Amino acid sequence: MASDNMKMRAQLKGDVTEVKVLMSHPMETGRKRDDFDRLIPAHFVQLVTATLNGKTVLEAQWGTGISKNPYLTFRLKGAKIGDTVSVTWHDNLGESATQDITVT
Amino acid sequence: MQRRDFIQLISGAIAFVLVAPINALAAAWNKAAFETTKLIEAEKSLEISSEKHSQDILITVPDKAENGAIVQVEVKSNIANTETISILVEKNPTPLIAHFKFSNGAEPFVVTRIKMAETSDVKVVVKAGSQYFTNAKNVIVLENGCG
Repeated sequence: MASDNMKMRAQLKGDVTEVKVLMSHPMETGRKRDDFDRLIPAHFVQLVTATLNGKTVLEAQWGTGISKNPYLTFRLKGAKIGDTVSVTWHDNLGESATQDITVT
Repeated sequence: MQRRDFIQLISGAIAFVLVAPINALAAAWNKAAFETTKLIEAEKSLEISSEKHSQDILITVPDKAENGAIVQVEVKSNIANTETISILVEKNPTPLIAHFKFSNGAEPFVVTRIKMAETSDVKVVVKAGSQYFTNAKNVIVLENGCG
């Protein structure tokens, strides 16, 4: 998937790094119908993993109740300027995306 | 080794390598918890038991949501040794929204945007050690966001 799938920012404020992530994903519940009254199949992110310099810091499981184009903020202690935060998602149709950002 | 045997062996190995990660993924996602239509069943699948009410779970949500398709939820746990935060919406078709697990210096804090079908409590359950804590906040939803 295209590398512009995720917009990320990781900013050190005091001793805490705030990471903001905006993903591009339809998050279809599988309950919605199209204009021809056909069910739109479920298509949603199930797993999100975040790492700091390769070490897992956050593991999330999501259902269909996360809004379209998912937004996520989390906070890390012990991160320094120049460290790498990486976020990966996997959806129910086997698609995935990964993006890295440097802490600033 | 016969060439045919070798090809079979290799194709078997390739198939295994391709299938294994999908299996690992399926194992990591708690299907039963996310697909149930009952809040209590979702909690059971997450092995949540004897939860205690706690004001140390801070939930920031709007009092009123014009559009249930996007409701911003912020959760902060001030409970020591918080390991996981689960977000549930009692009156959604499938109540479990998200389950977050924190490790290696991640603070028990998360902001995300969720869908709400109707006016409901947004319930948060925190796991700390072997104990479970909970808090909830009501959101009035003016327009169904679950479609």
